[in-house]
Amino acid sequence: MYAEAFFFWIFAIALVGSALAVILARNPVHSVLFLILAFVCAAGLFLLMGAEFLGMMLIVVYVGAVAVLFLFVVMLLDVDFTQMKQGFVQYALIGGSIAAVVGVEIWYVMSGWTRSPTPAAAASPAAPVTNTAALGRVIYTQYAYFFEAAGLILLTAMIGAIVLTLRHKVGVKRQDINAQVARTPATGVELRKVASRAGI
Amino acid sequence: MIIGLAHYLSLAAILFTIGIAGIIINHKNIIIILMSIELILLSVNINLVAFSTQSGDLTGQVFALLILTVAAAEAAIGLAILVAYYRNRGSIAVEDLNALKG
Repeated sequence: MYAEAFFFWIFAIALVGSALAVILARNPVHSVLFLILAFVCAAGLFLLMGAEFLGMMLIVVYVGAVAVLFLFVVMLLDVDFTQMKQGFVQYALIGGSIAAVVGVEIWYVMSGWTRSPTPAAAASPAAPVTNTAALGRVIYTQYAYFFEAAGLILLTAMIGAIVLTLRHKVGVKRQDINAQVARTPATGVELRKVASRAGI
Repeated sequence: MIIGLAHYLSLAAILFTIGIAGIIINHKNIIIILMSIELILLSVNINLVAFSTQSGDLTGQVFALLILTVAAAEAAIGLAILVAYYRNRGSIAVEDLNALKG
């Protein structure tokens, strides 16, 4: 029990600290790196809560894909990020006050909240199985349509990102597979009568 | 000291407010705004997983999985739009993003 509390506080403090560093860092590359740290800490918290599959998924999807995407874009775009920091103090005050209002609202909701004595219908299986196996049992049966909808969302995102960023440069030779496949001996081979002592 | 539901909910609330503040503080830098949105979605995920494990119901984790999917798709599309915009206009400053203004 003490180990759980110990790791909770470590991960929680690191998560809040790195989240603050994400929004306050001067260099966007540092922001991305702190975002990675925040996601790793959140994955640790998920492991503490017993959601191993989601913790690992957070590391694979976010640290492996999304954070690298952010890093790639930050380094790809040649933008002067320092002039975007102008007016920082003024907007820090506004942002801090709005965040305080939102925080007080959330705290107000949390303080007046009680749990229902009758539990909701449990979807978890009765037999002791691992978190990943239990999740797999409900994903592919009870939530199959949601799972397919998630797949469609990812497909849309993939196609959209490709369509938005793909461009063909003019003047670059590209492989035309249709033209290659459509070649026949009649179109591909040309026989010529070459006169003696003369080139083509 | 027993770590219960309230600890995780408080942590998620703090993370959510940090994300809200990040959007306003970095209102000129659209990349940091996208990162703040990721932080907000992460806090929602922490909420869902905390409730899921506390009440022994896997529905929350399934929902968190779907949020993860949507967040990844949103980051990919947002950054693709950003790259396309930078190619066309040479700038990603938020105050320059006024081409749709009537």
